[in-house]
Amino acid sequence: MPVQKTLNWKKAVVTLIMFACGILFLLPFFWMLSASLKFENDVFTYPIQWIPERWNAVNNYKTVWMGDYPFWLYYLNTIKVAVLTTLTSVTVSSLAAYGFSKVHFPAGRWLFLIVLATFMVPQQAILVPQFILYRSLGLFDTHIGLILLNSFSVLGTFMLRQFFMTLHNDYIESAKIDGAGHFRIFLQIAVPLVRPAIATYAILRFIWTWNDYQNPLIFLRTDRLITLQLAMQKFTTINGEYYSLIMAAAVSAIFPLLIVFIIGQKQVIEGIALGGVKG
Amino acid sequence: MATAAGVNGRKRASSLQRKEFLAGWLFVAPMLIGISIFTLFPILIMLILNFSDWDFVMGLDNFKWAGLDNFARLADDAKFHKTFTNNLIFMFTVPVCMAISLLLAIIIDKHVYMKDYFKVTYFMPYISSVVAVAVVWQVLFHPSKGPVNHFLRLVGIDDPPGWIADPNWALVSVMMISVWISIGFNMIVYLAGLQSIPKDLYESAEIDGAGGWIKFRKITLPLLSPTTFFLLITGIIYTFKSFDLIAVLTKGGPAGSTSLMVWYMYETAFLNLKIGYASAIGTVLFVSVLIITLIQWIGQNKWVNY
Repeated sequence: MPVQKTLNWKKAVVTLIMFACGILFLLPFFWMLSASLKFENDVFTYPIQWIPERWNAVNNYKTVWMGDYPFWLYYLNTIKVAVLTTLTSVTVSSLAAYGFSKVHFPAGRWLFLIVLATFMVPQQAILVPQFILYRSLGLFDTHIGLILLNSFSVLGTFMLRQFFMTLHNDYIESAKIDGAGHFRIFLQIAVPLVRPAIATYAILRFIWTWNDYQNPLIFLRTDRLITLQLAMQKFTTINGEYYSLIMAAAVSAIFPLLIVFIIGQKQVIEGIALGGVKG
Repeated sequence: MATAAGVNGRKRASSLQRKEFLAGWLFVAPMLIGISIFTLFPILIMLILNFSDWDFVMGLDNFKWAGLDNFARLADDAKFHKTFTNNLIFMFTVPVCMAISLLLAIIIDKHVYMKDYFKVTYFMPYISSVVAVAVVWQVLFHPSKGPVNHFLRLVGIDDPPGWIADPNWALVSVMMISVWISIGFNMIVYLAGLQSIPKDLYESAEIDGAGGWIKFRKITLPLLSPTTFFLLITGIIYTFKSFDLIAVLTKGGPAGSTSLMVWYMYETAFLNLKIGYASAIGTVLFVSVLIITLIQWIGQNKWVNY
């Protein structure tokens, strides 16, 4: 009996209902986008003009990007911090992950336990001593300090270690017989094989760093060094009641992440599901 | 001949071992050094600060030992009690968020077309910057001009609450936003959990005539219990660590109604410059999270039923 492929009506109806719920769920984003395109006077007109009757998009975004407030500088700062944090964190974590899974040395087991134990320490709890340490090391109010703060991720190490462990030891043993050292095996065999996992972690780290508000708030002071999240808040304070400008800034702050997320959607969702990781 | 080979072999083996030893330490060294400097050392500093009375702006000369004073003061500090209570109330977001997420996950898993589209939709708030999201909600919740209250007046509620500006509603408002942000994460983890349940269990239950509700109660819920437990624990830990939303949205106000532990610590350390006292608050936070983690370790084996 051939199974007829017809549209399942029940499923279609549920899809439609869920679609409506989804729009409701994302309404704050639509409101944000819509307000950023309007004249200030139209932001709070009711009923809400979701598609503005009078457009002021160019002016709003121009004011945000090219006004007195150097938004582009904060953008560059954020890109710099996020990219460098991601690079160092991925490097440090994959080195450690390989060391803890594929190199057999007696101290390895308990060193890994120590690393794992520090995962229980919430960073928020040690913010105050970290702040004091940063001031005495000269890392306070520098980008390098901010980058180092997120570069030693236990989570990343743990996640990548899981993947390195799935690699067959035969690969590594046969490479060793051919005279390859661990470093060459790491670079030429192990890393290429776990590349999807590394990409997943890199995307997640990039998103987390981009969105980080707490650490820049505490560890940066100079105005020209601050990152987007802090700038966003300062911008809000300065522009008090100019909601169209504030929303244009908010859209600008979210947009690059949205691109990263849409490109890396599969990796992000799989990474979250797999490790159940939470920044 | 045999012995010579044996000695050679042992030499080779020990040189190999030395190589492994060296390689091992080299690979993990950056991580270990980083953790030592940025996590372990600060913990040591924290232990010292706990027993001190220090305004760090005044420099080291100003450093005074205070014994257990900081903790004694915490026990009497009404503001800290309020903060801790707020934290406990805030925990309520975890089960609410999990229930909504589970419902969404079940619907998305089996009952809709375009699964990927829905995953992305509900995940959006989670990847968006908290600052931008908080700013938007601030405007939406605006007591007089905001769209939320406009809508409420439209449907006949003449005196809608002031939301984040209202001491009675502020914490609830922040909790609602927090649920909205976390749904995506919980849903994705639940979806992964659902996909790991073997399909034939449902099929045989159907043969036995089980309806949807029975299947949910007897198969889905028990088999998801590890996921549920995991989400519960990480969710509770997350509520203890919450800071961004409070810092951007309410700054603990109005009248301390949304002060959570990390915010109170931040306020004490960086606005009131009481380093010793702030460190003690940090320690309470640390211990709270530690206890929850221990519960997780013990519970993982007992609670979760397969």
